[in-house]
Amino acid sequence: MSTASISNLEAPALGRDLGYKAFTIGKFRFERDEYFAHILYPMGRHLMPIDAFLRALMRDVAWGFFYGTVNFDPVLGTVNHYGTVDLFMGLCNPAYRQANRAYIENFPTKDIKAVFEGMLDDWTNEGFDPFAAPDETGKPYGPKRGNNRKAVQRQRVVAKRMVGLPGDTGYRTDANGYTVNRHFLDVPQDQPEVHAEPGFESEVHAFNLFGYLSRSDVTWNPSVCSVVKDSLMCPTTEENILPIFHGNDRVEWFIQACDEIIWEIEDGSTGKPRAKVIMKAGDVAAMPADIRHKGYSPKRSMLLVWENNDNSLPEKYQRGELKPYPAEF
Amino acid sequence: MSEYRTVFGSLNHYEKGGVEVIEDNPKHYVFSNLFEVASKSKPYEKICVGKNLKYVIEAVRAEGNSPWFSASHDEAALCMDGEVEVHFVKPEQQLVPDTKEGSVKINGEPKGQKMGWVRVRRGHMALLPKGSAYQFRSPKPGVLLIQTIQGDHTVECWADICQTA
Repeated sequence: MSTASISNLEAPALGRDLGYKAFTIGKFRFERDEYFAHILYPMGRHLMPIDAFLRALMRDVAWGFFYGTVNFDPVLGTVNHYGTVDLFMGLCNPAYRQANRAYIENFPTKDIKAVFEGMLDDWTNEGFDPFAAPDETGKPYGPKRGNNRKAVQRQRVVAKRMVGLPGDTGYRTDANGYTVNRHFLDVPQDQPEVHAEPGFESEVHAFNLFGYLSRSDVTWNPSVCSVVKDSLMCPTTEENILPIFHGNDRVEWFIQACDEIIWEIEDGSTGKPRAKVIMKAGDVAAMPADIRHKGYSPKRSMLLVWENNDNSLPEKYQRGELKPYPAEF
Repeated sequence: MSEYRTVFGSLNHYEKGGVEVIEDNPKHYVFSNLFEVASKSKPYEKICVGKNLKYVIEAVRAEGNSPWFSASHDEAALCMDGEVEVHFVKPEQQLVPDTKEGSVKINGEPKGQKMGWVRVRRGHMALLPKGSAYQFRSPKPGVLLIQTIQGDHTVECWADICQTA
């Protein structure tokens, strides 16, 4: 049984009051200073650079803990059990496990979500956007300096059927604040011709997906744009480095729409390097269910992340009913 | 003018990446390139380039007029190259039962009410709404990516399209 609390502790363990709150959940305690997030847990203490920590935290919160494992770094991470979440240290790190330094607690999703959201809100300084590419945002360092609620409270786009349909998620335009990103100024903004007969306006539908993506103001944040039952097409724009190592609990697929991403692939449970996958425009690749991956995108690129949202899949993979790769040949 | 150049692929020009194995089997990544696949396909062959159990992503070479298709569920078509029209008809009678998944070829032109049409170019995504009949028309070769469910016409030929070593 766990308890969650958002505490404004008067005497931070770090001994210096820089204006940031400390946060506790279960036996975990999170504090920050000018440069680092400090994670204290029964087996010890762990540090992460604050920029890397906030970028990882932002994805974990925005994605609702996503599919499977979100590794903030080789030590700290979460595992989504869809209703509860494991918060762990060293679980996916053989050295920590062998030295009995691994530690894990399970929390109701709403509790850990509240703590993570509180931390993100309090620790993100004015001018720093953890969703933006590093070249597009300010610095997170120093004593507490305002906040950036507008950035950290963005809602992830989740289309019910397809972007732009009546009653579904809307388009991005200059008028609603979504200007074309500096890396995508050459992406055509033309719209498809749509000639719907009367009465069929909600079914005869098309939109400029690449134009829509060129106006995304976030990086590494897959958003649902088209739906076929449990098949979710989740395009995203990528620049610089994926702030986490994602270890999926099912197979996912990548379709590179433009430019290039280099993926570092490691074993999902040991972190042992397994492959590099270089993806250029038009390339299609599966990410097996037993790996974890981190992407590097030198220029802002468009990636179509394709997911199977069937909730029964994690258990089937865990029980060995499904092979971790999607096709045999 | 932007100092950045966005690189898209096309039937006429694409560069393929690949899997650099450290300790793994490259087949596990089922790596292909949809432009390469479409460059070697017959018009409107539905070549499976992505499979997640029953769900598939098909690479389709759009060239000329396609047969008419229908499905009991929504599908989505993303134009990756060329310019393609999609014409829609609301059939007088349901063409595909609710229990059947994947797109189904229709013999001839379906009878029913014209719903309209769309013209898509690279980057445009079109809804292929459930219960409708639809036909692709593309005077010049183009490439479509179809998000759908595996059906009778889905072609799996992984060994021919994927990196194996």
